[in-house]
Amino acid sequence: MDWRDGIRARRDGGYGVRLGARERELLRSLSNELREAIEASGGDVDGLFKPAFRSDERAEADFVELTRSGVVSDKLEALRTLGETAGAELLSEGDADAWCVALNDLRLVLADRLGVTGDLLLHDVDPGDPNAPAYALYAWLTWLQGELIEALSSRLGAG
Amino acid sequence: MGGMSQTIQAPVRIREPAGEERREPDPPWIVIVWDDPVNLMTYVTLVFRRLFGYSEEKATQLMLQVHNEGKAVVSNGTREKAEHDVERLQAAGLWATMQQD
Repeated sequence: MDWRDGIRARRDGGYGVRLGARERELLRSLSNELREAIEASGGDVDGLFKPAFRSDERAEADFVELTRSGVVSDKLEALRTLGETAGAELLSEGDADAWCVALNDLRLVLADRLGVTGDLLLHDVDPGDPNAPAYALYAWLTWLQGELIEALSSRLGAG
Repeated sequence: MGGMSQTIQAPVRIREPAGEERREPDPPWIVIVWDDPVNLMTYVTLVFRRLFGYSEEKATQLMLQVHNEGKAVVSNGTREKAEHDVERLQAAGLWATMQQD
């Protein structure tokens, strides 16, 4: 194999992860941070959920009552898996799915804080912007999730 | 929905109650996915394939509709089915709403 950092589907199953120690530590701390924010708020973290009913507050309240706690506990579980396997060089299918959802949730919350309104790539970040480190982090998470999506999609095949 | 078959069961009535108006079945619910700046196009396609079992072609076509037109109807059915689909789409982080058609 001659690839650099990133994530690849392995022929013998699972997903290979190549990341530096600092990046892995970053994933661990980000997942813990968001998990704590979700636990403290019961899932009421900006960016994570949007209403299912556009103009029916009663139906929306009922829907949240019915579904929210289950979805929140799934998201917490995915973040926990990301934190626990951040150092792993090989991910199972289940781990990879958890990473994908957890990375997406991290991006949703970060994008909300930063007011991201469109595609944001690393080379778009203005180094003079006071939010440059956060934008760079968002762009890096986007890249990493993209790697994972490509690997997961390759398993589904065509058709 | 292409490729998917739906069996519609007619209610069996032994006796038609006299004087009661025949009730139309409730219109189906539709689930709409909206465009947002965070969810990646490849991710949206992957989610549609996995959650709904859509082919790569159909999932890609729906994703492009979301991207280009701002939204797309991705599934329909009973209220319970729509709730279930929205719940799964929210779990994946997509922006989904439901309404009666």
